[in-house]
Amino acid sequence: MTKLLVDGTEVDVPAEFTLLQACEVAGAEIPRFCFHERLSIAGNCRMCLVELKGAPKPVASCAYAVKDCRPGPNGEPPEVLTRSGLTKKAREGVMEFLLINHPLDCPICDQGGHCDLQDQAMAYGVDSTRYKENKRAVEEKYIGPLVRTAMNRCIHCTRCVRFLAEVAGVPDLGAIGRGEDMEITSYLENAMGSELQGNVADLCPVGALVPKPQSYNNRPWELTKTDSIDVMDAVGSAIRVDVRGREVMQINPRVNEEINEEWISDKTRQIVDGLRMQRLDRPFVRENGRLRPASWGEAFSAIAAKMKDADPKKIGAVVGDLAGVEEIFALKELMGSLGTPNIDSRQGGEKIDPVWGRAAYTFNPTIPGIEEADAILLVGTNPRLEASLLNVRIRKRWRMAPLAVGVIGEEVDLTYPHLYLGAGPETLSDLAAGKHSFAETLSKAERPLVIIGSAALSRADGAAVLAAAAALAKSVGAVKPEWNGFAVLHSAAARVGALDLGFVPGEGGLDFAGITAPGALDVVFNLGADEVEVGAGAFVIYQGTHGDRGAMRADVILPGAAYTEKSATYVNTEGRVQMTNRAGFPPGDAREDWAILRALSDVLGHKLPFDSLVALRRALYAAHPHLAGVDAVETADVVKAVDALAGLGGSLGKDAFGPAFADFFMTNPIARASRVMAECSSVAHGRTLQAAE
Amino acid sequence: MANRRLAPAAEQPESFAFSPENADWARGQIEKYPEGRQASAVIPLLWKAQEQNGGWLPQKAIEAVADQLGMPHIRVLEVATFYTMFALEPVGRFWIQLCGTVPCDSCGARELKQTLHDRLGPQGHVSADGNFSWLEVECLGACCNAPMVQINQDYYEDLTPQSLNTLMDDLAAGRPVKIGSQTGRTSSEPKDSINTLTDPTLFDGSRVGAWRKRFEQTQGGDDKGDAAVKKDEAASTEARAKDDPKPAQPDAGRATESPAVDAPAQRAAGGETPVKADGKGTPGVSPASPQVADQVGAPKISDGAAKTAADKEAVEDDVTLRTEPPQQPVASGADDAVHEEQSPEERANAAGTRPTGIEAARDNRPDDLTKIKGIGPVNNRRLNDLGVWHFDQIAAWSAPEIAWVGAYLAFPGRIDREDWVGQAAVLAGKKG
Repeated sequence: MTKLLVDGTEVDVPAEFTLLQACEVAGAEIPRFCFHERLSIAGNCRMCLVELKGAPKPVASCAYAVKDCRPGPNGEPPEVLTRSGLTKKAREGVMEFLLINHPLDCPICDQGGHCDLQDQAMAYGVDSTRYKENKRAVEEKYIGPLVRTAMNRCIHCTRCVRFLAEVAGVPDLGAIGRGEDMEITSYLENAMGSELQGNVADLCPVGALVPKPQSYNNRPWELTKTDSIDVMDAVGSAIRVDVRGREVMQINPRVNEEINEEWISDKTRQIVDGLRMQRLDRPFVRENGRLRPASWGEAFSAIAAKMKDADPKKIGAVVGDLAGVEEIFALKELMGSLGTPNIDSRQGGEKIDPVWGRAAYTFNPTIPGIEEADAILLVGTNPRLEASLLNVRIRKRWRMAPLAVGVIGEEVDLTYPHLYLGAGPETLSDLAAGKHSFAETLSKAERPLVIIGSAALSRADGAAVLAAAAALAKSVGAVKPEWNGFAVLHSAAARVGALDLGFVPGEGGLDFAGITAPGALDVVFNLGADEVEVGAGAFVIYQGTHGDRGAMRADVILPGAAYTEKSATYVNTEGRVQMTNRAGFPPGDAREDWAILRALSDVLGHKLPFDSLVALRRALYAAHPHLAGVDAVETADVVKAVDALAGLGGSLGKDAFGPAFADFFMTNPIARASRVMAECSSVAHGRTLQAAE
Repeated sequence: MANRRLAPAAEQPESFAFSPENADWARGQIEKYPEGRQASAVIPLLWKAQEQNGGWLPQKAIEAVADQLGMPHIRVLEVATFYTMFALEPVGRFWIQLCGTVPCDSCGARELKQTLHDRLGPQGHVSADGNFSWLEVECLGACCNAPMVQINQDYYEDLTPQSLNTLMDDLAAGRPVKIGSQTGRTSSEPKDSINTLTDPTLFDGSRVGAWRKRFEQTQGGDDKGDAAVKKDEAASTEARAKDDPKPAQPDAGRATESPAVDAPAQRAAGGETPVKADGKGTPGVSPASPQVADQVGAPKISDGAAKTAADKEAVEDDVTLRTEPPQQPVASGADDAVHEEQSPEERANAAGTRPTGIEAARDNRPDDLTKIKGIGPVNNRRLNDLGVWHFDQIAAWSAPEIAWVGAYLAFPGRIDREDWVGQAAVLAGKKG
């Protein structure tokens, strides 16, 4: 620790701190553009200049280490002045230079109102310009469907370049030319290839990179901001939903060090237009083969008529990928009171049984725990697409100090170097038998981590794969009292919550495939499962948000609320309980899902015992106490669960592990309704969009 | 400097691959760097690719180099667009890079730019005959010989619009041209008289240990001496503080200030009339003159012999045929030019009047004109041919005569710039 005087305040900071960090510890505000906590230090904007006693000129505090400061002549602590005349003059000078080539187009700039340059020019700049020459003009660049450029405004902080190269690991942006002619661009103006590219617009301290879908659409002061949780993948990134009136205008990341730090994936961010398109805004009932709009009463009576004399054994219920814990709980209670064992939530067909213990289906080391791992084995998963932010953590871990990452499954670019071991389960058994050199790497590692993807568990031999992975984890010492190195990576937000509730077939019940098999059941209640078609023969009640595949097949449609329109609990892949908040109201006659189920239960004569969300949660917490611990991960007994899994055995198949989904941008009904996602998907497939107009 | 972009698709070749020998060479470059640092070889590889592709870098070459080094394409594009030595569009047979940075600009690069613009059109375009293209670039590091251009791999310095035009004519016609300074100065030696490092105590060894001696004096037990030194220092600091608000450290061990340079411009600025012919043989016409003579004279004697030999060599070496790019760089820095055959007396007659000469040296003892800064052995001979044998003859030149000789020697303005007349007056006075 080193003592330092900042504006007369003595602070004691670690020697490796920068002056900027030391000043922040002392409570002094330092303006900055290029500096960002999570990126490397560039030191090129010069806005953070401060006066350091004894230094001949102001120093860039972001790039000056505390340990490089010299003490005073009599050993006094070094002194930094952030409010001195010299500092003020330096800041004014830097600001004047930055504004020389910056256009005065704040009134039409999308960044206006949340612009670092605007704010800092107000706080640290001067009131007028002395510049009489022509300003620089820079051509605008195409860098992808999500980020619009206005390169005249660029101040060359290179945050976007550093983000893509360092955090995203897809170095697609660069600065070409030099001096005044420096320009930020992608190679030959190709679209950026990162699934995190939307973040560069957040990072841009000026309006040079702005979100393209939101161009000229809103001003920050018009928006109502609600903190919430993302459900596009099972990571559960912290987001802020910005709403104007009833309409979600944009989704931005919130800082959550435990999960997403401050990034979100493009799907999380730009799903917003999917939230208003293709929405189910009233109930529908199928008559003579066609769906017709109906009232809630009509819809409920159609269901009641069908359910009244149905055999409980011929009734089933399935839950999709976006359902909250509350509605799953309500549906489970309803189905329980109807007496049907045919319930399932494992839309992908994952061979997971909650009886093996919670640790058998969660990401036990937790996401921050990845940073402690020293060898990682990925089995049948592509975390870059299935859980982009989790992949960012693995990359962050690799950047701290390169570690061995082995991959069994698809050979893909994970943004960090890895060792490709093989495609199918036989590689897993080879590894377990010690036939592969990577087995030695794993067993030598102090904290090896085995991550198994949901796609690997969705196969016919899923349980055997899980058992083999668990056995491997056990044999290489990945599971110890002090280290939980066995992790299951889900790709659906609802999955862990539903498994926590035990939403799996009861005694003699049919599983997902059985329920949706043609002619298997008379009545199927589909709570937002759109990825699997329910077979012919059954009367299907679809409760969901979008006119997607599930709605097409339905006989009765009950319009529900999307994740931005309800307060719902989600459990992410780590087992972390999180809650969304209602940012807006569902469209038209749509209602919150738990309330629909409660109303339906009344019509069916099996009234659920809760009249409010609070009452529902009280019942929920009574049945599943760990769900009351919002934002926390309940520690599970991993050793016991892995022992149980390892004992399962089973024979492994021969097929190679496949991807979890065909198209990253098309994984759920909201994404499929989004035009922006469609464009991203098209770009991702290397197709060029023909101009429709 | 302008925005530099890749050449349009129509001009881009379909593909690029190193030739077998270049590929070998490239592997050798890459091997210089430790494993994982192959990207360090990016500049040599781009350079080779440019050389192979006729002087410019196509998109495919950038991609080929990137792929070979395992770098993202954008990273190599960054390098290629940063350095102006990489041409991104087709260039002429002679690619002229004009330095437009401050020292060159203040020495006349702007006129050169205008010349190039008038002759070749806007920068970045290959002239109709395919011979030339040009680009204004940032500092090329030859500031002391400003203004200058780089043509292919050689520097051509001390240019004027006229000499640049001549140079380009010669290049286009395949005539031999001289690399380096076009006015005949050697390397980047001072343009006028030597006025740095002239203090003789720097060379006689008397400085060695001076600081320590002084230090010991102040530290020594001699109170009286100590006090005196301190008082001296204090006094000098106080005295200096009046004019200099930020006094530097004491002068101990530093070179004494060199005397004023004896240059016409400075003398004019000082209100003196320049040394005229009638002042010949009169030391002290300018108070600075004898000092200059001392300074220049002393080190020059030893210098002179070496220089004559060097000159002969340089003259022979320097006349290199510049026809096909690329050429290997040749050590530049000869004294005299090779323009004799292109400097007819008619041109000189148009510029001024011919100085009257004498048949032969008086008493058959000619002065060594090479003692005058700017006159090398070649010019010495040519002046002798004109009947100029003695310092006093040069010292007596009038303005029209100077112009005539300047035009005859193809060094317009140089005689004034180097003040041959003044130097000659001093040398004549010394001799007398």
